[in-house]
Amino acid sequence: MPAPIRLRELIRTIRTARTQAEEREMIQKECAAIRSSFREEDNTYRCRNVAKLLYMHMLGYPAHFGQLECLKLIASQKFTDKRIGYLGAMLLLDERQDVHLLMTNCIKNDLNHSTQYVQGLALCTLGCMGSSEMCRDLAGEVEKLLKTSNSYLRKKAALCAVHVIRKVPELMEMFLPATKNLLSEKNHGVLHTSVVLLTEMCERSPDMLSHFRKNEKLVPQLVRILKNLIMSGYSPEHDVSGISDPFLQVRILRLLRILGKGDDDSSEAMNDILAQVATNTETSKNVGNAILYETVLTIMDIKSESGLRVLAINILGRFLLNNDKNIRYVALTSLLKTVQTDHNAVQRHRSTIVDCLKDLDVSIKRRAMELSFALVNGNNIRGMMKELLYFLDSCDPDFKADCASGIFLAAEKYAPSKRWHIDTIMRVLTTAGSYVRDDSVPNLIQLITNSVEMHAYTVQRLYKALLDDISQQPLVQVASWCIGEYGDLLVSGQCEEEEPIQVSEDEVLDVLEGLLVSNLSTPVTRGYSLTAIMKLSTRFSSLNRIKKVVSIYGSSIDVELQQRAVEYNALFKKYDHMRSALLERMPIMEKTATNGPAEIVQTNGETDSTILDTKHLPNITQPASQANDLLDLLGGNDVVPVIQTTVPTKPASAGGELLDLLGDLSLTGGPTPTPAPSVPMSQPPFLLDGLTSQPLFNDIAAVIPPMTAYNKNGLKIEFTFERSNPNPNIAVITIHATNSTEAEMTEFVFQAAVPKTFQLQLLSPSSNVVPALNQGSVTQVIRVLNPQKQQLRMRIKLTYTHKGSPVQDLAEVNNFPPQSWQ
Amino acid sequence: MQFMLLFSRQGKLRLQKWYVPLCDKEKKKITRELVQTVLARKPKMCSFLEWRDLKIVYKRYASLYFCCAIEDQDNELITLEIIHRYVELLDKYFGSVCELDIIFNFEKAYFILDEFLLGGEAQETSKKNVLKAIEQADLLQEPRHEVL
Repeated sequence: MPAPIRLRELIRTIRTARTQAEEREMIQKECAAIRSSFREEDNTYRCRNVAKLLYMHMLGYPAHFGQLECLKLIASQKFTDKRIGYLGAMLLLDERQDVHLLMTNCIKNDLNHSTQYVQGLALCTLGCMGSSEMCRDLAGEVEKLLKTSNSYLRKKAALCAVHVIRKVPELMEMFLPATKNLLSEKNHGVLHTSVVLLTEMCERSPDMLSHFRKNEKLVPQLVRILKNLIMSGYSPEHDVSGISDPFLQVRILRLLRILGKGDDDSSEAMNDILAQVATNTETSKNVGNAILYETVLTIMDIKSESGLRVLAINILGRFLLNNDKNIRYVALTSLLKTVQTDHNAVQRHRSTIVDCLKDLDVSIKRRAMELSFALVNGNNIRGMMKELLYFLDSCDPDFKADCASGIFLAAEKYAPSKRWHIDTIMRVLTTAGSYVRDDSVPNLIQLITNSVEMHAYTVQRLYKALLDDISQQPLVQVASWCIGEYGDLLVSGQCEEEEPIQVSEDEVLDVLEGLLVSNLSTPVTRGYSLTAIMKLSTRFSSLNRIKKVVSIYGSSIDVELQQRAVEYNALFKKYDHMRSALLERMPIMEKTATNGPAEIVQTNGETDSTILDTKHLPNITQPASQANDLLDLLGGNDVVPVIQTTVPTKPASAGGELLDLLGDLSLTGGPTPTPAPSVPMSQPPFLLDGLTSQPLFNDIAAVIPPMTAYNKNGLKIEFTFERSNPNPNIAVITIHATNSTEAEMTEFVFQAAVPKTFQLQLLSPSSNVVPALNQGSVTQVIRVLNPQKQQLRMRIKLTYTHKGSPVQDLAEVNNFPPQSWQ
Repeated sequence: MQFMLLFSRQGKLRLQKWYVPLCDKEKKKITRELVQTVLARKPKMCSFLEWRDLKIVYKRYASLYFCCAIEDQDNELITLEIIHRYVELLDKYFGSVCELDIIFNFEKAYFILDEFLLGGEAQETSKKNVLKAIEQADLLQEPRHEVL
């Protein structure tokens, strides 16, 4: 049998393979040869064969059939065999297989071998891959070697002990006596590994920790060693770029950190040496910075005095200016950890941190971004936001979502003005609009509604943004919602904050219809735009066009759109009298914690039934079930779907808050014959009222009769009443202004005043044009708070333009029905 | 340290030292993914990256990438020094080491590593002592060309 080919030969041969297939063929051939050689129990060449097998294993080929051979090699007396055998064991065996246990005896023998290099092999293998069973069996041997005077073995035993402790923590105690004078060694190898061992023990056991602190007085010893390292002259053996044994220095600093943490005495004892290391270490090379880094970590973690802490943060500040990006990275990481506790000190380096946003490295940018957000406060918000917005423009897509969220949060907390806040949001939506999280849309809508004076400005800016780009869905959704809500402000050119733009109703409708047909719009966005178009029916005069759009989508393939369109169609046809009230301006929403983002994400326009199902909306869910009860009583038909589907006249994704208000609104916008049940709790949702069960309710409910408040010169104003569901002291009055003359009344403004004991809130009117010949009405909601239940009296003022001339009139309204204020 | 990998610019593995117990399949998966990640890094980027829940420290020497996975409490900068020390040891041993030396003498690369690190920690901080130990151990061996 010819000798198996040499390792070098094999490697050379395999490297000549030009394709993967060729390589595989060679490997298979050689493996077959090796296998038969193993079968023949060839001792001479076993070593060579296993070495070849290890090479092939590294290339990715299976080598498990060599495992037992490794064990045979370990048991051999030849050093080469042992060396390759142990290497093979470390590469091919793992503790999940029982085979490895067969090693235990060999290792035990080798730990007691006469040659230290054999002992070394055994210690190394045990310390690298020893399983818990092996460790248990051999811990005693390791402990013995830990006490030897042979430093070559002592250092290996120390690290082996570390491994044993990690695998079998209960065995930690047995190594304690051996640690007694480890630190009095001169040999750096032993010192280093001893420090590692002590660190492991102190980290794992608080008892050990206090033992080493108090009884062994570890801190002074470590301080002494560290001092020697720094003060001693050049030592060629341990020198690295002018620093003596940086590895040992770093490990000592780390152990000092653990010993000093939470302990005043220890911290004080190490104060001087830390200051010394911090100030004297050479910073021109990576080695020095590595030591400084560890020093800073230690200073920040122990109970150091403030001077030392400032020193540490300044070191980090200097790191930030270092050309070496690794150093900058490490500085940012550390600053991120300390920004909470030493906020002011870190603030001083804010401009450097912000500069790091422009770094080329991704990890550095991310850290700089996180740190920047942590440093934003009321004083620096404007400047910081400028930088962060610039960053948002240019950063990687992975960052954009996080950055956008961070900006929104910071803006919400520290916005110096509403206009600034809206501008900032606009900027984020236009630059990173597609990366913004889904839950931002309802949050932004809520913010916008709350900035009442900014409505015209906001809708104008959003409209302009839409003209540029309709691909970013969150932007488009917010914009559609705003246009639907404030479209009247848009066409009337009322913007104060900036130059108002001239835009016609048709142009606005063009844009919204464009969204409906665009391929870029998601179904959710389409829902938003259809609803917006519908809402404009009470704000614009181009009713016919809107009706046409709505009826087209009544046969849309998209079920959601179809449903909405059908409902809106119904509004136009059968329930036109309710339309204006239904589509009124939204009042200010309160941000409630329960109607949080998670909620809203789920209900983002799709499933309206889920909105009703959620328990956060007592106003709706209760009435819904009540309505069902009533229907049951009265033999009601399939009204239930109506409740659900007509809900989305408000953008469903605005979630909970909107539905709250829908409950409210349902009571305010009632048409003339709307019933107002005297029992507040059983208010069915308005829609149910109006749409299908109107005749039913007339029979049951007590009605506050409507009244005519004013009737002069062709202008008639009727008041209809509702009691506010949550607060019976609030009377909700809807005025209906109609015009029987042949000319329309434009610039119609209704104003009202009440006696001091009342409080009045006037919501926005549906429009300020009262069409001629009773072709439509202007509606407006008044809420009157009447806590003292006094008789309601009101003075109203009307101004409008009729046939070119301005008209103004004052009137008193005293004929309120008693039910409206009792 | 949890593991150290050496691989070429083409992604070929030249050395793998694992200090945590993992099965072969897991090791292969980690190796494949990490190699891909590191090779995708641009030259100007820093030597550290977060990968899964580990800190990765890597440095390129000529055609070889040296890549270590360290734990949260470990010092990244000193790990760079560890890598550098290993390269110095190889360099001294082979005399101006290049990738081919490590390919054809991989078992020696392992032996040197095992005299420098044990269980993921440095066991000897003196370059001289590591090389001396290797030298002595080599003397106990039969001539390589005869055995291997």
